[in-house]
Amino acid sequence: MNDIWAGLEAAFWLIVTLDPDLLEITLRSLYVSLTALVIASAIALPFGSWLAIRRFKYRRATIAVLNALMGLPPVVVGLIVFLLLSRSGPFGILGLLFTPTAMIIAQVIIITPLIASITHQAMRELWAEYHDLLISLNTSNWQRVTTLIVDGRRALLTASLAGFGRAIGEVGAIMIVGGNIEHATRVLTTAIALETGKGDFALALGLGFVLITLALLVNFAIHALSRTEREGRW
Amino acid sequence: MAMTATLREALVKRRGKRILGPVTCDLTPEGITIVLGPNGAGKTTLLKVLHGVERLTDGTVAWNVSPEEAHTSQAYVFQSPIMLRRSVRQNLAYPLQLIRAGKAEIAERTAHWATRIGLADALDRPATRLSGGEKQKLALGRALIRKPKVLFLDEPCANLDGRATREIEAVLQEAHREGTRIIMTTHDLGQARRLASDVIFLLKGHLHEQSKGDAFFAGPATAEARAFVKGDIVE
Repeated sequence: MNDIWAGLEAAFWLIVTLDPDLLEITLRSLYVSLTALVIASAIALPFGSWLAIRRFKYRRATIAVLNALMGLPPVVVGLIVFLLLSRSGPFGILGLLFTPTAMIIAQVIIITPLIASITHQAMRELWAEYHDLLISLNTSNWQRVTTLIVDGRRALLTASLAGFGRAIGEVGAIMIVGGNIEHATRVLTTAIALETGKGDFALALGLGFVLITLALLVNFAIHALSRTEREGRW
Repeated sequence: MAMTATLREALVKRRGKRILGPVTCDLTPEGITIVLGPNGAGKTTLLKVLHGVERLTDGTVAWNVSPEEAHTSQAYVFQSPIMLRRSVRQNLAYPLQLIRAGKAEIAERTAHWATRIGLADALDRPATRLSGGEKQKLALGRALIRKPKVLFLDEPCANLDGRATREIEAVLQEAHREGTRIIMTTHDLGQARRLASDVIFLLKGHLHEQSKGDAFFAGPATAEARAFVKGDIVE
């Protein structure tokens, strides 16, 4: 219990004193995960919707693979991205290893299947509802996808938030490709892992509470911005 | 140009079971055609074949215009209205947005049709929360907003009360006067008598009788149709 109280206290002081290191790694956490979220959503939302409306030969296999990829172990993704970006790897020339960009790449790989899969589930139901009308109106595939995305935006928001949740709390991959370098690639989760390793549980817990608060705030902010859960809206 | 359709030996099978046909018939270029028949006679399938959304197992269906033009000049109202999860206004505007109509034109026609279907006061309400009759009227307005040459309706008044039925029939009559060819199925013989300029009577997937409306109701040519018009149960 003492550790938890000490953690709360540490978190409180870190926040009220606006600790510059805390601010820096918090902002970096946000930057990495939000950028990954935007990129992954841009890929996964149209792809998931497209999967829901298109019938093609390997559709079932694609969906099965996608669902399996949801459980992709971040450490393995980190390892693969590490090997690809390392000096001797195929993309070594770009010099991306141990930069926030490398962390973003790893997180995009981790959360894209998750967002696409949830999107596909939600869009499948909406498509079943709209199918006859959209076929009758002679819509193009692109018009179908955009209609589904617009009208299913709440489900898509849920999908994106699930992706964000996974990205912001993820440590395995970004530890490997980012390296947890102070003032360069240290983010909240890697800092927590480090402080726990050092035995500074109070600071680690403090960072943990900041992380949880951050996740809550982002969720609330997105809900407020998109005006969901209000009467008369979808 | 008025659109006419020709069905030649049109056959629809699903999982080996014959749903419709073989049907051979010509659709006259104008009027209101009522498709009658008991459940499972293939009425909806016939409409979908004509609309081009049901694949034929055999035979042909042809309009006297290009397939592209045939598709863009038709509209279809489903038995249970499909509402987009949007406002009434956006539901009406949707078919026009698809063909990239101008903003001013969309606003003008949306307002016009909202008045005609009696939903002018409900433009900003969510379409999914309308009553059954209002939903069907909205579906009808949305189908007519592109000024289709041919309008298909699949039991548009099933589950509606007398007043909603009358309102829908009034909109249909008006559209018909403005030159829209109407082909609809119904179980309501009274409605069939009120609207039909000609009748197609289907039974077990076969075209049993096709004749002028007055003639059909005055004296159907076949025993089955006579029984059906009399109100007997035909199987």
